[in-house]
Amino acid sequence: MSRFTLHALAVGVATASLSLSAHATTEVSWWHAMGGQLGEILEGITTDFNASQDDYRVVPSYRGTYTETMTGAIAAFRADEQPHILQVFEVGTGTMMNAEGAIYPVYELMEDHGRPFDLDAFLPAVVGYYTDTNGNMLSFPFNSSTPIMYYNRDMFEEAGLDPEQPPETWSEVAEFSRQLVDSGAASCGFTTSWPSWVMLENFSAMHNSPLGTLENGFGGLETELNFNNELVARHWDNLHDWQEENVFRWAGPGTGPDSEPMFYSQDCAIFFGSSASRADVAANSEFEVGFGMQPYYEDVEDAPQNSIIGGATLWAMQGHSDDEYAAVAAFFEYLSQPEVQADWHQQTGYLPITQAAWDLSEEQGYYEENPGADIALEQMTLNEPTENSKGLRFGNFVQIRDIISEEMEAVMTGDKSGQEAADDAVERGNNLLRDFEAANQ
Amino acid sequence: MQTKRMTFPGRWLPFALLAPQVIITLIFFIWPAGQALYQSVLREDAFGLKTTFVGLENFARLFRDGSYVNSLSVTVVFAVGTTLLSMSVALLLASTVNRMIRSGSTYTTLLVWPYAIAPALAGVLWWFIFNPSIGIVPYMLEMVGYRWNHRNSGSDAMLLVILAAAWKQISYNFLFFLAGMQSIPQSLIEAASIDGASPIKRFWTIIFPLLTPTTFFLMVVNVVYAMFDTFGIIHATTQGGPAQATNILVYKVYADGFIGLNLGSSAAQSVILMVIVVALTVIQFRFIERRVNY
Amino acid sequence: MVENRPWANFFAHAVLIVGVALVVFPVYVAIVASTQPPDELMRGTIPLLPGSHGIENYTQMWQSGVSSANSPPAALMLWNSFVMAMAITVGKLFISLLSAFAIVYFRFRFRMFFFWLIFITLMLPVEVRIIPTFQVVADLNMLNSFAGLSIPLIASATATFLFRQFFMTVPEEMLEAARVDGAGPMKFFKDILLPLSVTNIAALFVIMFIYGWNQYLWPLLITTDPDYTTIVMGIQRMTSEENPQWHLVMAAVVMAALPPVLVILFMQRLFVKGLTETEK
Repeated sequence: MSRFTLHALAVGVATASLSLSAHATTEVSWWHAMGGQLGEILEGITTDFNASQDDYRVVPSYRGTYTETMTGAIAAFRADEQPHILQVFEVGTGTMMNAEGAIYPVYELMEDHGRPFDLDAFLPAVVGYYTDTNGNMLSFPFNSSTPIMYYNRDMFEEAGLDPEQPPETWSEVAEFSRQLVDSGAASCGFTTSWPSWVMLENFSAMHNSPLGTLENGFGGLETELNFNNELVARHWDNLHDWQEENVFRWAGPGTGPDSEPMFYSQDCAIFFGSSASRADVAANSEFEVGFGMQPYYEDVEDAPQNSIIGGATLWAMQGHSDDEYAAVAAFFEYLSQPEVQADWHQQTGYLPITQAAWDLSEEQGYYEENPGADIALEQMTLNEPTENSKGLRFGNFVQIRDIISEEMEAVMTGDKSGQEAADDAVERGNNLLRDFEAANQ
Repeated sequence: MQTKRMTFPGRWLPFALLAPQVIITLIFFIWPAGQALYQSVLREDAFGLKTTFVGLENFARLFRDGSYVNSLSVTVVFAVGTTLLSMSVALLLASTVNRMIRSGSTYTTLLVWPYAIAPALAGVLWWFIFNPSIGIVPYMLEMVGYRWNHRNSGSDAMLLVILAAAWKQISYNFLFFLAGMQSIPQSLIEAASIDGASPIKRFWTIIFPLLTPTTFFLMVVNVVYAMFDTFGIIHATTQGGPAQATNILVYKVYADGFIGLNLGSSAAQSVILMVIVVALTVIQFRFIERRVNY
Repeated sequence: MVENRPWANFFAHAVLIVGVALVVFPVYVAIVASTQPPDELMRGTIPLLPGSHGIENYTQMWQSGVSSANSPPAALMLWNSFVMAMAITVGKLFISLLSAFAIVYFRFRFRMFFFWLIFITLMLPVEVRIIPTFQVVADLNMLNSFAGLSIPLIASATATFLFRQFFMTVPEEMLEAARVDGAGPMKFFKDILLPLSVTNIAALFVIMFIYGWNQYLWPLLITTDPDYTTIVMGIQRMTSEENPQWHLVMAAVVMAALPPVLVILFMQRLFVKGLTETEK
C-alpha cells in the first residue's frame, strides 16, 4: 500500500473517531493539486490543524493537476457543489479575481470572522501578487516559488571558474558559459525551464520593465500587453545568438521539459528553475550544486529590482454557511503561524510568506545547514516591489503563456527576430485579453 | 425500410424495453448536445456568472482566428496522411497475404492484433521510439545527419503522430481489404491469368477496381478515425504542439474548453464537429449503399 | 493464387515479414525498455535486447506504481480498467438487445422516432460533446465513480443496429410457433431469440470489451481520484512528468496492452466477425 493510501486511511480513521465524539465539528473541504510527496506533507498540515482543536475540520482532497482542479471546481460551482477552499495556480488569478459571485476575498473573510490579518507581517513580494489595487489580499498565498539559478559547481571547477562565484550579469553568464564549453567541461552553458515565466515575466520584473499597462493588469480588465520593448527583444535575440555557440540551449516551450534532464545529465552547467525544485535537484544531481540569483543586464538602470512569484494560492469560495467560513478563517490563521510556515517552507522548498517564518528558519539554523535555500528569499526582497515587479494579472493567461513560449521558440529556431516575436506575442495575447474582458463585463 | 409482418401485441412492454437506452441517450447524448448548441451562442465567463447572448459571433470569431484555421488544415493533413499511409500499407499486406494458401492465416493473426492497442498507447510507444535523447530512430537518423526533434519541429511532430495513428489502423484496414479480396470470384482471376496477365497486372486491372466499395468505405472510416479517435494520441504525446502543429480539431475543443476555460468557443467548435460527423455519417450510409440494408 | 512462381513467393514472404516486423517493432521496443534497470535509460543509451531487470520493474509497477506522478499501482489501474470495460460491455449488450427486440418485434406509436433517436447517437461521439457531457456528469455527482465511467458510454447505437439486423433474419416461423404455444414476448426473447444470438453476442462482446478497455478521453475527463484511474489514462500521467521513468512506463504499457491483445488472439474469429458486422 502506498503511503498516500496509508495516510488517507489514517485520516479516515481519525475522521471516523472524531465523528464519534459528541462535539459537532464544522467540516470544510479543500481541493488541491498537490500529489505525491507534496500531497503527503499537505495532509500532514491539515491533520495537525484538525488535531489542534475540536471545533473545525479541514478535509483535503487531491483533484488532479492545477488545470484539472480548477476546471473541476468551476464545474462543481455550476452544480452548486463547490469546495470551501480551492488551490489555484497563479495564472488562474485573473479568472478567479473576476468571478465576484464565486469567491470570497480573503481579507473580507478574515475581517468578518475576527481573525487578525496584519498585512505588514507578510513579505510584500509574496503577497503583492494577490492583492487588489487597494492593497487588500484576495487569496491566501500557500505555495509560492520564484526562479533561481542552479549551477554545477564541479563543472565550474573543471572549467577553471570559481565555484563560489555564480555569474551575476548576463554578460557574465555568457562569458562563463563560453569558458565552460570551450574547456570541454560542458556541452552547453545554460538552459531554462518555464521560458515565459523566467525569460519574460521574471526577466521584466528584475529590470523593472513593464509587461502590460494598468500596473501589469492589476488596474483593470482594459489592460494591454506592452512587453514588446527593446530590452525584451534584445534578450530574446541574445538567447538565439547564444544558442548558436552552445552558450544557451532551448529546452522546449511550456514547462521547458528538457531542461532538468540536461542539467542532471551534466550536458548543461547552469539551469534556471523554480526555487521549489531544490529537493528534486538535490535528489537527481550527482554533483555539487550551487545557487545564484537571476542575472541582469548591468546597463539597465533599475536592475536588479526583485523577482516575482509563481506557484499557487488558496481561494475561499462563496456559497457556504457562516460557521464553515469561521472554520476557513481559523485554518488560514493557523497556516500563517511562523512555525507552520517555516515547517512547510523547509520541507518543500516553497517560500515562507511571513517575515516571522523567515526569521524563525534563520534561528533554527536552517539556512546554515542548507546553503542556497534563502537565495530565493533574498532575490525577492532585493527592493520594494514597483508596479512592474509586483506580479501580473491577465485573464486567459494560461493560453497567453503558451503563446509567449511559442513565439520565443520561433526566435530560437531562427524563424523570427526577437522584436517580431515579441510583437506577435503581444498582438495574439491582446486578442485573448479582449476576449476575457468581454466575457467578464 | 422493411418491417416485420408479425409482431407481438403490447402496449407498455416495448416502451419498457426501450426505456434504458432511450433514457441514457437523452441524458448523456441529446441533452449535452443541446447544451453545446446553446453554449455556442453565448459568451460567458468560466463560472457562468455573466452570460450574454452573442448569436453567431463565436462561430464568426473562429473563422477569423488564425489558430482555428490552422487547426482545420492540421486536421486535414493529419487525416489524409494517416488514411493514405495506413490504407496503402494494409492493401499491400492484404494482397500479399491473399496469395498465400498455407501461411495466410498465420500472417493474418500476426497482423491483426494492433487493433487491440489503445491510440494513446500507440502514441506513447512511438513517442518513445522517437524520443530525441533515448529513442532508437533519432539515433539512427543522426547517423545519416538528421537531427530529429519533434519538440521543436512541427513537421517532425506531425510525422510522429501520423505514424502512430496509421500503425494502429493498419490491422483494421487489412482485415477489410482481405475480406474484400477473398470475395472476388476465383474464376475472374483464373481467366485473366490464362490470358497471360502477370500478378501485378491482375491486381491493378481486376482486383483493385472490384475493391472500390471497400476502398471508399475504408476511406470514410479512416477519416472518421483520424478526426475523432485520435485524441488519445495527441494528448499523450504532443498536446497539440509544437506551436499548434498538431492541434487537431478534436484536441482544440478540449484545450480551449478544459484548459483555456473558453466555453463559448469550445461549444462552437463542438457544433462544427457535429456538422462534420453528420456529413461523414450520411456519406457513409448513403453512398456506401452496398453494405447497408435497413 | 493461380500459378506457382518461386520468386514471387519469396518476394511475398519478404514483404510480409517486413510488414510483421514493422507492426511488432514498437511493442518489441517497449518490452526491451520495460526490462531495463532504472538508470540504464536515463543515461541515454539505447538497448536493443531485453535486459535483466524485468521482474523487478513489473513487480514495482504492479505493486506501487509511480508515486511521484500520482500513478497508483498497476494492479489497481488494471482492475479499474477491467471493471469499466466489463460494465460497458455488459451494459451495452443488455440494453441493445432489449432495444433491438422492442424495435423489431413490436408495433407501437413513435417506433420510428425512437429508432432515429438511437441512430443519432452514432453521430455524437464523446469528442463532439466533451464539455457539456462533463457538466452533466458533474451535476449528477457521478465524477470519480464506476457509474460515471461506464453509464454515459453504453447507449451508442452500433450494437442495437447489429442485433436489429440479426433479428430481422430470424425466420417468421419461430415467432408463429411461439405464439401458437401461447408464449409471451419475454419468453420468446429468453428461450428462442437469445440462444440464436449467442454468436453475435460473443462477437460483440469482444469488440465492446476492447472498446471499453481502451477508453481514454472519457476517463481522463471525469477521473481525478487516483483510486479510479484506469490503466490507459494512467500511463499518460506517468509520461507527462518532467522525467518519466521509462522502464516503469513501458512495463505499464505492456500490461495495459496485454488483455485486449490476448482477447483478439484467442478469439480471433469472433473478433473478425464482430468487426465486420458492426460496420454495416
